[in-house]
Amino acid sequence: MESKDISDTARPQDSLEGVAVAVSEHKGCGASGGSGKAGCGSSMAPEDMAQGVWEKVKNHPCYSEEAHHHYARMHVAVAPACNIQCNYCNRKYDCANESRPGVVSERLTPEQAARKTLAVASAIPQMTVLGIAGPGDPLANPEKTFKTFELIAREAPDIKLCLSTNGLALPDYVDRIKDLNVDHVTITINMVDLEVGARIYPWIYYRHKRYTGREAAQILHERQMQGLEMLTERGILCKVNSVMIPGINDQHLVDVNKAVKSRGAFLHNIMPLISAPEHGTVFGLNGQRGPTAQELKALQDRCEGQMNMMRHCRQCRADAVGLLGEDRSAEFTTEKVMEMALSYDGAARRAYQATVEDQRQEKAAAKGAWLEGLRERQSDIAILVAVATKGEGRVNEHFGHAKEFQIYEAGAGGAKFVGHRRVDLYCQGGYGEEDALPTIIRALNDCTAVLVAKIGGCPRASLKEAGIEPVDSCAHEFIDAAVLAYYKGYVDRVEKGEITHALKGDAAIRQGAYVAA
Amino acid sequence: MPYKIIGSQCTACSACEPECPNNAIREKDGTYIIKPEKCTECIGYFDDPQCVAVCPVENTCVIDTSVARYQA
Repeated sequence: MESKDISDTARPQDSLEGVAVAVSEHKGCGASGGSGKAGCGSSMAPEDMAQGVWEKVKNHPCYSEEAHHHYARMHVAVAPACNIQCNYCNRKYDCANESRPGVVSERLTPEQAARKTLAVASAIPQMTVLGIAGPGDPLANPEKTFKTFELIAREAPDIKLCLSTNGLALPDYVDRIKDLNVDHVTITINMVDLEVGARIYPWIYYRHKRYTGREAAQILHERQMQGLEMLTERGILCKVNSVMIPGINDQHLVDVNKAVKSRGAFLHNIMPLISAPEHGTVFGLNGQRGPTAQELKALQDRCEGQMNMMRHCRQCRADAVGLLGEDRSAEFTTEKVMEMALSYDGAARRAYQATVEDQRQEKAAAKGAWLEGLRERQSDIAILVAVATKGEGRVNEHFGHAKEFQIYEAGAGGAKFVGHRRVDLYCQGGYGEEDALPTIIRALNDCTAVLVAKIGGCPRASLKEAGIEPVDSCAHEFIDAAVLAYYKGYVDRVEKGEITHALKGDAAIRQGAYVAA
Repeated sequence: MPYKIIGSQCTACSACEPECPNNAIREKDGTYIIKPEKCTECIGYFDDPQCVAVCPVENTCVIDTSVARYQA
C-alpha cells in the first residue's frame, strides 16, 4: 500500500508542545471584526493560532471553516447503541431523506466501515476525515468504534480519525483514544446546570444503573467536564457541540461556553434545535421550537469573544459522505461498496491536497487587495450577504441548484462567515419550481444580497421584490473578494443617496425534512 | 419469568446485548431476542434488569408471563 509515507507528513507527529497552552489561549480567527484580522482564510496559521494546532485542523472540514470549502468528511454508522436519552432525539426514526444527527440508513460492521472508507477515499480525494458519530454514541459501542479505527489506520494512515460523544463514557476511553491517534474529539455539552440538564435528559445509563432527573444530569455533567480536561491534558483537540433550545438552555449556553473554554476546548459549535412533530422526539411532540436565525447568530456572537465559534456545522447524518452541505452517502451503500474495485491512490490524494495548498496561497496573496479602501470609509454599515457556492471558496453555484446558501457578514472590518441556510432544491430537472422560492426567500430574509454564478429571470424578480439584491457579476470569484466588492459598492451607493440602507428582518432555519437530490 | 423483547418496538441498537450478564441476548432477523432459559431477570447480578435499564424505547423489554419465573 503506497500510502504509508503520507502519514508522516500529514499527521504531524505530536508537535504538541505548547498546543495545550495555545488551545486555551486561542480566541478564534476572525473573532474581532474591526481588528484587521481576516478570518481563517490564510494558508498560514491565523495569527492567534499555534502552528501545531493549525497543522491539525487545516484539512479538517469540521474544525476549520476555511477547510470546509476544500475538504470532505465521512461518517461510518458503526455505533448504534447509546447510553443516554435526549429529548431532541428519537432512536426509532430513520429516513433516507432526512439529514440530521442520529439518523442513518444502514448500520455497518467495522469491516464494512473500513471498506467503505477506502472506497470513498479512492473516489473522493478531498476526503480527509473519518468520523464516528453514531447513530448512538461511539463510546457506548467501544469495541466496534475502536476496531473500525484500527482497521482504517492500518489501510489508510493519512485519514484523520475523529469521534463525537455525549461524554458519559469518555473518561474511561481517553487513553485508548490517544493510543489510536484520534486527535479530534467532539463532546456534546448542553448544560452545566443540573436543573437545565434535567429538562434535556430524561435518563442516563451509567455503571449498570438508570439514573433520572438531577442525579442523571450531575453524573453526565461531571463526566463531561472530566473527559474534556483529560483530552486537553493529552493534547487532543476538543470541539464542544451544544444544541440551542429556546427557553431551556439558550441563555445558559453562555455559561457552558465559559466552562468549556476554561477547560481547554478549542472550538464551540452552537447548533439550532431541530424539532418537528414528525420526528417523534419529546421536543418535537411537545411543541418546543428551535431558534430563529437571528437568535442563533446573537448567541454565537455573544460567545465569540470568549472562544472560536463554529458556524459552518451542517448537523449532518451519522453516515454522511462528502463536502459539508452535500451528501453523497447514497453512492456508497454497502451493496455498491462491495462491488467496487478498490484502488487506494495515495499519490492522487497528495496531488489534490497540493492543489488546495496552491489555491490557499493564491487566496492569501490576494487578500490584502480586497480589504483596500475599506477602512478609511469608517462606515458603520454592516450587512449580511448570501452566497451560492459548491466549494473551493468561490461564488460558483447557480441560484437554482443551490441546496444551501452561505451567509457572510460584511462591514468595515472585512467579511466574516457567520452561518449557512439550507433550502430545498429550487431547481429540479432543469425546471424551476415556483413553490420553492418563498422558502428560499424566508431563509434569506435577513440578507441584503445573494451572490450567485447565475440566476434566472423569474427568481431574480422575486428576490428584488423581497428586498434581496441578486448579483451574478462576480461569478467564480473568491467569496471574500466578491462579498467585500459588493459591500464597497453598496456603501458607495448609500453615500451617494442612490439607495437607502435599511435593517432587515429575521430569517427562518430549516426545520422540516431535507430532501437530498 | 424471564424478560422478552417486543420485536416491533426494538430498534436493533444492540445496547442490551453486551449488558446482559447471562449472554442471553442475541440478534435474530434484524431485531434482538432474549433466550428465556438463560434470563435470570439479572437477579444476583444487578438491582435492575439491564436490558430494561439501557433500552431506548420504553416498554420494549418486558416480563414474559408465558414462561415460569426464574428460581434463584
